[in-house]
Amino acid sequence: MNGDLETVFDVTLTVNGVEHSESVEARRHLADFLREDLGLTGTHIGCEHGVCGACTVRMEGEIVRACLTLTVQCDGKRIETIEGLSDSGEIADLQEAFRTRNALQCGYCTPGMLIAASALMAVEPMPSREEIRDHISGNYCRCTGYQAIVDAVETTLRARAEAAR
Amino acid sequence: MTRDVPSPLTALDRPNSYIGRSVPRPNLARLTEGRGEYVSDLVLPRMVHVVYVRSPHAHAEIRAIDVSAAKKAKGVVAVVTGAEMAEVCTPWVGVLTHMVGLKSAPQHPMAVTRACWQGEAVVAVIARTRALAEDAAELVEIDYAPLPPVTDMSTALDPETPVIHESLGDNLAFERNYTGGDPAAAFAASDHVIETDFSFGRHTGVTLEPRAMVADFNPGTGRLTAYLGTQAPHMIQNILSIHLGMPESDIRVVCKDVGGSFGIKVHVYADEMATATLSKMLKRPVKFVADRLESFLTDIHARDHRVKGKIGVMKDGTITAFEIDDLTGIGPYSVYPRTSAVEANQVVNLTGGPYICMNYKARARVVFQNKNVTCQYRAVGHPIATAVTEGLVDLAAQRIGMDPVEIRRKNLIKDDAYPCNSATGLKFESLSHHAALNKLLGMMDYEKLRAEQAELRKKGIHRGIGFASFIEITNPGAAFYGVGGARISSQDGAVVRLDATGAVTCQTSATEQGQGTEAVIAQVVATSVGVSLDRVRIISGDTDQTPYGGGTWASRAAGIGGEAAWQAGKALRENIVAVAAAILQADPKSLDVREGAVVDADTGRERIALPELGRIVYFRPDTLPTGFQAELMAVRHYVPRGYPFAFTNGIQASYLEVEDGFVKLLGHWVVEDCGTILNPQLVDEQVRGGVVQGLGGALFEHCVYDADGQMQNANMADYLVPMACEMPDIQVGHVVSPTADSELGAKGAGEAGTAGAPGAVMNAINDALSPFGVTLTHMPFTPDRILTAMREAERRQKRQAAE
Repeated sequence: MNGDLETVFDVTLTVNGVEHSESVEARRHLADFLREDLGLTGTHIGCEHGVCGACTVRMEGEIVRACLTLTVQCDGKRIETIEGLSDSGEIADLQEAFRTRNALQCGYCTPGMLIAASALMAVEPMPSREEIRDHISGNYCRCTGYQAIVDAVETTLRARAEAAR
Repeated sequence: MTRDVPSPLTALDRPNSYIGRSVPRPNLARLTEGRGEYVSDLVLPRMVHVVYVRSPHAHAEIRAIDVSAAKKAKGVVAVVTGAEMAEVCTPWVGVLTHMVGLKSAPQHPMAVTRACWQGEAVVAVIARTRALAEDAAELVEIDYAPLPPVTDMSTALDPETPVIHESLGDNLAFERNYTGGDPAAAFAASDHVIETDFSFGRHTGVTLEPRAMVADFNPGTGRLTAYLGTQAPHMIQNILSIHLGMPESDIRVVCKDVGGSFGIKVHVYADEMATATLSKMLKRPVKFVADRLESFLTDIHARDHRVKGKIGVMKDGTITAFEIDDLTGIGPYSVYPRTSAVEANQVVNLTGGPYICMNYKARARVVFQNKNVTCQYRAVGHPIATAVTEGLVDLAAQRIGMDPVEIRRKNLIKDDAYPCNSATGLKFESLSHHAALNKLLGMMDYEKLRAEQAELRKKGIHRGIGFASFIEITNPGAAFYGVGGARISSQDGAVVRLDATGAVTCQTSATEQGQGTEAVIAQVVATSVGVSLDRVRIISGDTDQTPYGGGTWASRAAGIGGEAAWQAGKALRENIVAVAAAILQADPKSLDVREGAVVDADTGRERIALPELGRIVYFRPDTLPTGFQAELMAVRHYVPRGYPFAFTNGIQASYLEVEDGFVKLLGHWVVEDCGTILNPQLVDEQVRGGVVQGLGGALFEHCVYDADGQMQNANMADYLVPMACEMPDIQVGHVVSPTADSELGAKGAGEAGTAGAPGAVMNAINDALSPFGVTLTHMPFTPDRILTAMREAERRQKRQAAE
């Protein structure tokens, strides 16, 4: 049963700068691949049907839902997860703002939320609070009520703008 | 951004106090870097994965089970039925003796002969990987004979409705009747009596990390370690011990990071008991992680109440009496061990609670049905009692043409009336309804909003303002569970230790669920011992490592666990001073500990730093005076004894616009009195998060069942939760009335937001729609319901005009 889904493919992909050549079943989604095959448990699974955003990662610089992305689709692609973005320091200021503003409680949505917010911040230097709220609406947070997250994103962008002046 | 608020501290006002400061939580760095340790991340040697085959029927007899094909499938380790499991794990009954008359039926980890709700586990399939277990689960053949399901709570007690558990005689789990004062005479003497029906949609917590457990029975040690995202580790230890027939000392419950709990993770779940049983049976670690579809069908649901409400009022605005008749459906079993009668009981206890009025009549009936079980979820009963009370108060004000603020001013218990009792005998130590109301009106600029509302109404824009005053139960003593026979601790403990480098470790029985317990305990310990915050490390969530205690529920961690830590820290400071006095040949009374050093209490001059003191105690005790034994570890426990509960109070206001049936939230204000504020930012964020969960229940969240007991929207796409773009900024203010029961004076703050938000939003919607003669009282207030109500009102008005 599930013959097609269990067919194994060879894929080569780069995760956080490290190239991996692996054999994976067709059905293995990227979130499971990252968590179970590579041990990168910072990518969280909340719904496995693309709604909650907890599994948000970057593929070729664009944010994707790792639970809706099959690993075989990532052949030749560049993936970045919260582990890589933390090590590179790229979002260190946003992470610090999350800590200072208590923009996370249980922390389960946080890696996805940080990556989703960073995508907006890369293209919009000073979005309104409404725009920030719109952009992160594909990422559910059940703890904070979102306001602290919006504050943290806003504070980080303001600091970046000031630093750029 | 959150500002520190002045606090009225006295004994707490130590030099360099961290009490009342918004210090960040120590555990956030790793969580922002994806370095959390959630149970779903955990991998152990020899670990296997369990998947449960669940009943697709709300009610069905299990005629036969064929597991032969599944057993042969790739990677399968075992396939276990409910009957096989029942030989290892005994059944339980979710009752408490102080809930007089509460009954329930024995529940097994998995259904044995009959499934009683859609989603009940029937067969366990255990395999090397989760995917292989799911593949094999599809090969399990179960022959069901569907039975008539009981789904409508309003007919559950009718004689023609089938009885779910024959041995119980009927579908009534619990009934409570209460009369205070003379409500019949008060209603008869009222100028107006207003009645209406309220309903509250069944909803659930939707923790972003689903429930997860790794159970690891090691036959070599005879011990079972349960890694579980739970709010109450010692409670789980006790329950596993009872039903697996193992000594409590052979069971360890470990709780590291928890991906959201909100009350969802404080209960005993059948599939978690099954997972522990499987580990014992298979003698290896077994991992269970619910997927989102399973979460919706098996995480406890809550609310699902229908309440007939009645209020009496005089022309001058005096409220004369309240009456409620509450009916709630709880699923087929009362949940173990906290029971499913508590929410209805709270509705009876709390309705009318903020008001002077002492005439009160209440009935609550709790009925069984073939749907998922309901139990305690954040703010248990409070959102219902508050919305009913505040909805009735607004209807009364509307009837007599009084401003909603004025009727509250007239009837809220006066701030100088304490201590006093409620109509149901609840004991209030010190509340601040009027101070809170006044502060709220200032924060929101009430007059300006009313003027804006009137102006916009002329343009056909319909905005509304709604209020909800409320009381909230926090810091419960033994009255909740202990007196009913449940082995759920109401006391908490703390162990505080100074090590040889001057660092301090605190083991606490309070648990961290993301609300910031560890930060608050660290602040308290740093302050009471006299060290800087970065020298304090907290250990929690491990029954092998922490004192025995209750954990985190009912807004108790800071108030009870915090006080235990405060007292333990003080005791350690005394012990440190005793050592220093012996070394320095000084009077202990002349010494204090500040910023990591023993100092002269009068001048603050440093006498000996803690690392040096630690060095002497641990490595050169021979230099201490003969007969002196240093004790650099102190233990204290605490439970409130003065009052059964530390009541808090608050008020919320909502400002919103209704357009095309959609509710746009424009502003939300909260004034909360949770006593001493240990960490203002954490309190405010608990309030905000709580408000948004309350708004979810009021506007979106609803477990929709059909008449056959099939949940229609058991996935995250169809079950709506609040999104960032739908939520307003929430302004939070405080009044501070500390409880004198503890030195810290802290009351709970975790649930107040959820308690008040639905009532405030309901009143604001009805204020917005008042020109249409529409009153909505059935949550959630979806666009469909709002438009239907407006259309009905329009037809009614046309009919009246024609007549």
